[in-house]
Amino acid sequence: MSVIVKEAGRAISRADERAPISSLLKANLRKVFPDHWSFMLGEIALYSFIILLLTGVYLTIWFKPSMTEVVYNGSYAPLVGIKMSEAYASALDLSFDVRGGLLLRQIHHWAALFFMAAMVVHMFRIFFTGAFRKPRELNWVIGGSMFLIVLLEGFAGYSLPDDLLSGVGVRIVAGIIEAVPIVGTYLMFFIFGGQFPGNDFIPRLYTFHVLLVPGILLALIGLHLILIFYHKHTQYPGPGRSNTNVVGFPLFPVYVAKAGGFFFVVFGVTALMGGLVSINPIWAYGPYVPDQVTAGSQPDWYIGFLDGMLRAMPNWEWEDFLGRTWSWNIFIPGAVMPGILVGLLLAYPFIEAWVTGDKREHHLLERPRNNPTRTGIGVAAIVFYGILVINGANDLIAITFNLSINQLIWFTRIAIFIAPPLAFLATRRFCLGLQRRDREKLLHGRESGQILRLPHGEFIEIHTPISDDEKAVILSKEDYPVVAAPPATDENGVRTPGLRAKRWRARLSRAYFGDNIQKPTPAEIEAAAHHSHEEHDHEVEELHAGGKEVPAVLGPDSH
Amino acid sequence: MTSSSVRRHKATGLAVLLVGLLATGFGYAAVTGTAQASAPTANASQIEAGKKLYLEGCATCHGLAGQGSSDGPSLIGVGAAAVDFQVKTGRMPLAQPTNQAPRKAPVYNDEEIAALAAFVASLGAGPAIPTAEQVDTEDANLAEGGELFRTNCAQCHNFAGKGGALSYGKYAPSLMDATPTEIYEAMLTGPQNMPNFPDASLPEEEKKAIIKYIENLQQGDSPGGLALGSLGPVTEGVFIWTAGLGLLLAAAVWIGAKVR
Ligand code: HEC
Ligand code: HEC
Ligand code: HEM
Repeated sequence: MSVIVKEAGRAISRADERAPISSLLKANLRKVFPDHWSFMLGEIALYSFIILLLTGVYLTIWFKPSMTEVVYNGSYAPLVGIKMSEAYASALDLSFDVRGGLLLRQIHHWAALFFMAAMVVHMFRIFFTGAFRKPRELNWVIGGSMFLIVLLEGFAGYSLPDDLLSGVGVRIVAGIIEAVPIVGTYLMFFIFGGQFPGNDFIPRLYTFHVLLVPGILLALIGLHLILIFYHKHTQYPGPGRSNTNVVGFPLFPVYVAKAGGFFFVVFGVTALMGGLVSINPIWAYGPYVPDQVTAGSQPDWYIGFLDGMLRAMPNWEWEDFLGRTWSWNIFIPGAVMPGILVGLLLAYPFIEAWVTGDKREHHLLERPRNNPTRTGIGVAAIVFYGILVINGANDLIAITFNLSINQLIWFTRIAIFIAPPLAFLATRRFCLGLQRRDREKLLHGRESGQILRLPHGEFIEIHTPISDDEKAVILSKEDYPVVAAPPATDENGVRTPGLRAKRWRARLSRAYFGDNIQKPTPAEIEAAAHHSHEEHDHEVEELHAGGKEVPAVLGPDSH
Repeated sequence: MTSSSVRRHKATGLAVLLVGLLATGFGYAAVTGTAQASAPTANASQIEAGKKLYLEGCATCHGLAGQGSSDGPSLIGVGAAAVDFQVKTGRMPLAQPTNQAPRKAPVYNDEEIAALAAFVASLGAGPAIPTAEQVDTEDANLAEGGELFRTNCAQCHNFAGKGGALSYGKYAPSLMDATPTEIYEAMLTGPQNMPNFPDASLPEEEKKAIIKYIENLQQGDSPGGLALGSLGPVTEGVFIWTAGLGLLLAAAVWIGAKVR
C-alpha cells in the first residue's frame, strides 16, 4: 500500500507543478469514509451510468435516428426485403453487421436495467436508514429527480430502435399525452410533430436520449457526489460512532481500491450478461407498424408499474356536451398517479421532518426498527409498487399459471387498497417487537435457551449478557418526543394560529412515535444488572416495558 | 409421449401424414382447402369405420348425427381438416369441459383419425385436410411470412410464437409443437377463439409463408444468447433482479466485508 501512496504522492506533485490541485487533493484524499456493503449500492448505479456512457457512444456511431423508409437488405434473413424505418434498419445493422455491435447493444441495455435496479435498492437503503434526514434532504431530492429522469431516459432509449414492441409503448405514451384534458391533442401534435407516429418523434427522442438527459444527469450526479463529500457520509451506529464523528477508512488508498475494484466487478458482470444473455431482441419483434401488435407487449421493468396501473384502471370515460372525450381511464393512471407518487417521493423527508418537528442534524443512521412508522410506510410502498409491477405482467402470469387475466385485474384492484395498509401494520408491529426485544436484551441479556431449575422448584431461563458492540448499537436509538397539540386558545383566549395543521401534526406524531418502546435509562440498566439474580426482577421490568409513562429523554447526546 | 415427440420432427410429421394419406386413398389429396365437398371422395367402408368410432367416442357431446348438443357444437360442415386438427392435437375427445381443450397426446391413431375425419366430412362439406403439397414451404418467402405472422397471428400467439393470454383464462397456445399440417388446419378452421383465415383472406401462398416463418421460430435461434423464454422485457426484468443484482450484491457484501 505504502508504495502506492508514495507513487500517488509523486504523481500529485508532478501534476501540482502544472496546476495547483494538491492542496485540494491532500485534504480530501485522506477523507474518511465509513464502510458498509449497503453504501456500495449507489456505486452500482454510478458505474452502470459510466458503462452506459461508454457503450452509448459506440452505438451512436452507427445508429441513424431517422424515420425515412428503407428496404432492409442486411444479413438477418427473416427480415430481408421488408420495409422499415432507417432507425430500425440501422439497429439491425448494429446487431448483425457491425463488429461487436450486438454485444455493445446488449451491454448497454443490461446496464440500463442495472442502473434503475441499483437506484431503487440504493433508495431503499437511504429511506430505511433515515439517511435522507437533515442535512441530506436536498441530496434525496436530487436522487429522486435522477430516478425520474433515468426512467424517462430508459424509455427514450428503449423506443429509439422503432421496433414493434417499443412502438407499442410509444403509442401508449402518445395516448397518455392525448388524454390530458383539453390540451392533450395539441400537446401530442406538438411533441410528435403531427399525427402519430409521424416522422419527427424518433429524431427528437434521440437528441433527448443522447444529449439532453445525459448532460443533466452528469450535472446532477456531480452535485450528488459533491454533497456526499461535503456532508460526509453517514454511518451505521456502533461502538465509538456518534453523530459527530466518522469512523472508517481514508478515501485513499482503501476506498479508492475498493471502489475501483468494484467498478470492474460491475463492468464484468454487465459485460458477461451482454455476451451471454439476450436482451431486447429487436429483430424478433419486427419493425413497428401501427396496425401490428404482439401478445405480451411489455415495457422494461422500471416502466412496468405504470403499465400495471393502466391495466388495473376501470374504463372511466366521459363525453361532454362539446363532444370532447375525457379519458380518465388513461389520464389518471398515466399522468395523475405518477405525478402524485413522484411528489410524495420527493417530499418525504420534508413531510417526516414536519411531523417529528425534528430540526437536528443526523449523521448516524437509524436502524429501521427504531422508526417503525417510517419502515412501515416504506414496506407498504414496496408492496404497492410490487402489486403494480406484477399486474403489468398479468398476461404472462395468467398463461404461465393457468389463471384468468380478468381475475388478476380484479385481484389487483382490491389488493392495491388492502395489501399496503396490512403490510404497514404488520411491519410496524414487527419493528416494535424488535424494539421490545432490544430493550429486554439490554436489561437481561440474550435468552440462552438454557433452563435452570431453582432449588424451590421454579424454572428460569439463563440470560447471557450481550457484547459491548451490540449494546452500543442498541443504545444508538434516539427517542423522539411526541409532539403535543397546542391548546385551542392561549391564556388570553386568542385562537392559536394554524390550529388545524398543528392538531394534525400532533395526531401524526402520535401515530409515528406514540407506541415506540422507550429505551431503558442508564439507571434502569444499572438496576437490572444489579438485580439480575433476584427472583422478581421480571415483573419489575414488565411494568416499565410499556414505556409510556416514562418521560421522554431527548437530544442527540442522550446516550 | 413418443408419438408427439416423433411428430415434432417436421420430416417424420410429413412421412406420417403421407402414410395416412395413402391408407385413406388418394381421394383426399384431390381436394383443396377451399370449402369444397370432400365427402364423396372418401370410401364408404372408411366412413363406416369412422362412424363407429364417432358413436363410441364423440356422439355423447356432438350428437348422434353430429348435430351438436349442450356439451359440444355441431360438426356438420366443419370438415375433415377440423377433425384432423382437433384429434391429432389431442384436443378431442374432450375429457371434461374446461375453459379450453388443451393440446395433449392424441387418443386415436392416424388410421382412426382419418376414418373419423372421413365420417365427419360425410356429414356436410367443409375444408379438407391440406395436402403435402399445400404445406410444402420450400419455395415460400420467409420474410413475407414474418410480416404476415406479425399482422395476423402475433397479437395472440406472441412475436416468437410462445403463446399469449386471452380473456377469462383462455389462451392462444405456444406454436412450438405444431406441425405444418396442424398450422395450416388451424388457419383453415379457426379453432375456438382463433379466427379462421379462409383462402379468400389468406391465400395458400401466404399460409405457406406463415408456416415457413413458424418453422423458423421453432428452430429457436437466438443470436443474442440465452433467450429467457422469448417473452420480452418481463423475463429480462426478472433476470436483472435475481441473477444480475444478486451477483452484484454478493460482490458488494464480499468487498464490504473484506478489510475488516
Ligand atoms: C366431453 C364432450 C366432447 C367429446 C367427448 C368430444 N368433443 Fe369435440 N368438442 C367439444 C366441445 C365443447 C367443443 C368446442 C370447444 C373446443 O373446440 O374446445 C368441441 C369441438 C370439436 C370440434 C371443432 C368444431 C369446430 O367448430 O371447429 C371438432 C372437429 C370436434 N370437437 C371433434 C370431436 C371428435 C372427432 C370427437 C370424438 C373423438 C369429439 N369431438 C369428442 C366437446 C366434446
Ligand atoms: C384471436 C387470437 C388468435 C389469432 C389472431 C390467431 N390464433 Fe391461433 N390460436 C388461438 C387460440 C385461442 C388457439 C387455441 C384453440 C383451441 O385450443 O381450440 C389457437 C391455436 C392455434 C394453433 C394450434 C396450436 C397447437 O399447438 O395445438 C395453431 C397452429 C395456430 N393457432 C396458428 C395460428 C396462426 C398461424 C395464426 C395467424 C395466421 C393464428 N393462429 C392467429 C388464437 C389465435
Ligand atoms: C443517478 C443515480 C444515482 C447515483 C449514481 C447515486 C450515487 C450515490 C453514491 C455513489 C452515494 C454514496 C454511497 C452510498 O451511500 O450508497 C450516494 C448517496 C446518497 N444518495 Fe444516491 N445515487 C443515485 C440515485 C439516488 C436516489 C434515487 C436517491 C433517493 C431518492 C438518492 C439519495 C442519496 C442520498 C440521500 C445519499 C447520501 C447517503 C448517505 O450519506 O448515507 N440517490 N448516491
